[in-house]
Amino acid sequence: MKTTQVHCADPATFAHLREAASARSHAGKGLKVRVGTGTCGLSAGARACLDGLRERMPEADVRETGCIGLCSSEPMLDVQPPGKARLFFGRVQPDQLDRITAIARGTEQPSAAEVLFQQPGEVSEAWPGIPLMSEHPFFKHQQRQVLLGCGTLDPGSLDEALEAGGWAALADLLASGRQQDLCERVEQAGLRGRGGGGFPTGRKWRFARDTESTETCLICNADEGDPGAFMDRALIEGDPHRLLEGMAIAAFAIGARETWIYIRAEYPLAIKRLEDAIVQAKAAGLIGDKVLGSSFSFDVHIKQGAGAFVCGEETALIQSIEGRRGMPRPRPPYPASRGLFGHPTIINNVETLANLPTLLGMGEQAFSAQGTEGSKGTKIFALSGKVERTGLVEVVMGKPVSLIVNEIGGGVPDGRKLKAIQIGGPSGGCIPADHLDLPVDYESLKNFGAMIGSGGLVVMDEETCMVDVARFFMEFIQRESCGKCIPCREGTKQLKAILDSICTGRRNEQGAEALDRIQGVMQIERLARVIQDTSLCGLGQSAPNPVLSTLKWFREEYEAHIFARRCPARVCTDLLVYTIAEDACNGCTACARICPTGAISGERKSVHAIDQERCTGCGECLRICRKHAVEVN
Amino acid sequence: MCATYQSSSLSAELTTASRRHELIPRLQCLQEEAGYLSREVLEQLAFELELPLSKIYGVATFYNQFRFQPKGRFPIAVCRGTACHVKGSAAVLQALRRELKIEPGETTRDGLFSLEVVACIGACGLAPVIAIGDEFHGGLKGEEVPALIRSYRKLAGEEVAA
Repeated sequence: MKTTQVHCADPATFAHLREAASARSHAGKGLKVRVGTGTCGLSAGARACLDGLRERMPEADVRETGCIGLCSSEPMLDVQPPGKARLFFGRVQPDQLDRITAIARGTEQPSAAEVLFQQPGEVSEAWPGIPLMSEHPFFKHQQRQVLLGCGTLDPGSLDEALEAGGWAALADLLASGRQQDLCERVEQAGLRGRGGGGFPTGRKWRFARDTESTETCLICNADEGDPGAFMDRALIEGDPHRLLEGMAIAAFAIGARETWIYIRAEYPLAIKRLEDAIVQAKAAGLIGDKVLGSSFSFDVHIKQGAGAFVCGEETALIQSIEGRRGMPRPRPPYPASRGLFGHPTIINNVETLANLPTLLGMGEQAFSAQGTEGSKGTKIFALSGKVERTGLVEVVMGKPVSLIVNEIGGGVPDGRKLKAIQIGGPSGGCIPADHLDLPVDYESLKNFGAMIGSGGLVVMDEETCMVDVARFFMEFIQRESCGKCIPCREGTKQLKAILDSICTGRRNEQGAEALDRIQGVMQIERLARVIQDTSLCGLGQSAPNPVLSTLKWFREEYEAHIFARRCPARVCTDLLVYTIAEDACNGCTACARICPTGAISGERKSVHAIDQERCTGCGECLRICRKHAVEVN
Repeated sequence: MCATYQSSSLSAELTTASRRHELIPRLQCLQEEAGYLSREVLEQLAFELELPLSKIYGVATFYNQFRFQPKGRFPIAVCRGTACHVKGSAAVLQALRRELKIEPGETTRDGLFSLEVVACIGACGLAPVIAIGDEFHGGLKGEEVPALIRSYRKLAGEEVAA
């Protein structure tokens, strides 16, 4: 950017803004109720809770809040009578609302069994006999500094955001006028891209700042295409002002005036929260011309994605904003020198930007004191799959995976055994059960052959087939491939075809098919290398990762599929053998009647049998048998 | 209502003839109004933006979001993300196909339901998830599908009666 004299903001402007917000906040200090209405909460039934409580307690201030992160306990809500700590309820059903109302009003006392935990504030009386949020196994080991406002604040209220310290980091920056060394400060603090690339943020900023352009652009990548990742969604739905403040800070650092948020269309609630927050921020003078009276001006535009995973890749994203097919371009030139509409452009992930207010607030020293040598600060993980407690987890970099899965997540439920953790989405890899002591930081995971990626962590147990998982990812990647380059377009198709041949087609197999299958399998590793080495963008380059990773750690499972034609996890339906146990069958004929191919024979009241030649493995007999006589192997 | 991007003084390119960057937001607007993109509507758009129809189709067919056939009254989106897959979304999809007798991309004869598969809705903590219209349903099992569909049929019946 061209260096110009920065006219600093008058600190009094922001101070007044914040005081006014505080005053408004404290004016209505009665009974407060907050219902978690993020997308997770809504899909669990939070709307009924919200409406039900508003109906029962017209005297209370009943507000919406974002995801606090404990998704498996949704719908969640908390009540806070004046002067008392916030009391949280989880898995709330409509028939509990009367009781909750009574507790909120003080006519009944809560018991530890019906409550999740309590969260005391600065001056609030604790509830007797109720555990604290900081003691709850899910929250105990977390370091919630970026997720701080989610589930606590009303995302529709700028007043609450200001009162909680929002926009203060930007205000300090603008009052001090420290624009010249902002990139270096962030680089020194050690913040790295949280979208998966892990590139040092401050350094990337410098490339754009040091061009002579007056038209530098900033784009926030809120596409969050990785299946299994929902950190960015929760951040935007729960604390939109944090993201906006982060964007302002980044724009100030690189000298950008126009900024965009590219957000996927599948997040309608997040889009709405953002639109409302932008309107509020503009009205308060935090976005727009001469922010807080300084010489810094910037604007925010929202651009919706249209359902293309590849548009999470930065050059494809730029193409999409420009109104073209989302096909990546070769780099160099990198967006930092030539990007959107030809101008120097910086693209940052939501979580990266959301870290900035915290980073500046605590200071570069304190931030870089957290984490490991190469990975500073915290990372938010989206924990899902076969685990007791699913949700959003924020931990300091460098903690072992086992902490997240076992202590925080509560391990695999129903007494089943953990098999693997899939980390990093479709570009990532898996970590088998006996390597859970692996620390979560960029280097350790990369050296292991996995990847932090965006932070999606899917837990898999013994009932998950790893070959099926590879096939699932291959199908996804193949469908999302933009088609521009041959290695990706054709290579992923071939990889998928090979995996299909491994998982299907046992019955009535001709000799030639078996030969094809074996040949295909021998090609996997070579094909994977070619795709990795010759694809134009990250999608293609990382496409073979799930296959290579599962092949490395679960080779026996692949071999069982290929040579023994069995699926040990009993997932691949074509490879399952159905038999009827003689000692359990009572000859009710239910299975024989429902079998679509007439493969089951037997007289009434005598043991039935399945003809393997005719059986297609549809599983209907298993479903209908009330004697559990059908066995699957 | 959707807002169109107002060109600023960012660069000369934006203020001249090329309104290419308006294409995708316009397509999204048009689809929101009619539920899908018809040929007539796209021809009109080509005229307005001064872009060849082939370019418009090239962009519209690239993105999964755009439909070229009308949606159902209750559009159903089944999430096939990793967490949902691991928690059994394939069985839910199977149950929906069986119950509605349509494949993803199709609409039922009576125009009530249409089915599509999406990559990830982002509610992974409550997998498996489907969206019917604007409502999300989490933790769904295959056996629960017929009852769920019945409740929507009933809703449609009530709307007709009212």
